[in-house]
Amino acid sequence: MADCNETLRELETFLDGELTDDTLLGIRAHLGTCQDCLQAFDFHAELRTVISAKCQSDEMPPGLLEKIQACFGDDALGTGEHTH
Amino acid sequence: MQYAPQLYSGALRMTRSKSDAEDLVQETYLRAYRGYAGFTDGTNLRAWLFRILTNTFINTYRAKQRRVQETELDDVEDLYLYRRISNVDVASRSAEDTLFDLFPDDEVKAALESLPESFRLPVLLADVEEFSYKEIAEMLDIPIGTVMSRLHRGRKAMQKALLDFASDRGLLARTPDVGTNLIDG
Repeated sequence: MADCNETLRELETFLDGELTDDTLLGIRAHLGTCQDCLQAFDFHAELRTVISAKCQSDEMPPGLLEKIQACFGDDALGTGEHTH
Repeated sequence: MQYAPQLYSGALRMTRSKSDAEDLVQETYLRAYRGYAGFTDGTNLRAWLFRILTNTFINTYRAKQRRVQETELDDVEDLYLYRRISNVDVASRSAEDTLFDLFPDDEVKAALESLPESFRLPVLLADVEEFSYKEIAEMLDIPIGTVMSRLHRGRKAMQKALLDFASDRGLLARTPDVGTNLIDG
């Protein structure tokens, strides 16, 4: 099992979902027993959610979608039906 | 066009300008349309579009913007924000006192946009768009280790910017620096 220092050092990589299986097991085991580290992880997970949500809350300028559609057609990349 | 709103938000964070963001999204679709033959069916269309967006931004707008030296990014300690706004008694934070309510949209956007470009892009691509280290490394053409170190420094700097905004609003008076000493504990 990882200790507090190792666990906090891997906090970002954990939240990024990029830990190797071995390390992940050690971190999970520690988080199961350490309330302090679990709190720190929860805080940063929540912060990540807030940042992601708030940085995508922009309204598209009126007409931009139409401009793209006018140039490239209704199925321009993303509606699924696209032929080569 | 399902990704157009995400691309526009990403373009806004990159360019920090509504008119530039609009141009960047249009240019991205133009290049994507022209290069669609190079897209492999079954792979990640969103990642492919963001790669074009990122490349177009770097090639088109980087030259227009004054380059900020990376050394201008202050070194910030680990767990910077957590140690300052998360009291020992975190569990007692009331429902309406969540991080979501503590930081208004405009401040979160401004905090991200305050980062120098070489840190802003990795943080945007990881924390907002949730791309993997490998995808970000390919989009920015830098090694994965560099992605990780820029994320680490960029995230801390963003946390400091968030706290500075909150301090200006008087948040600190309500929740003083308690220094929970987690790492040493």
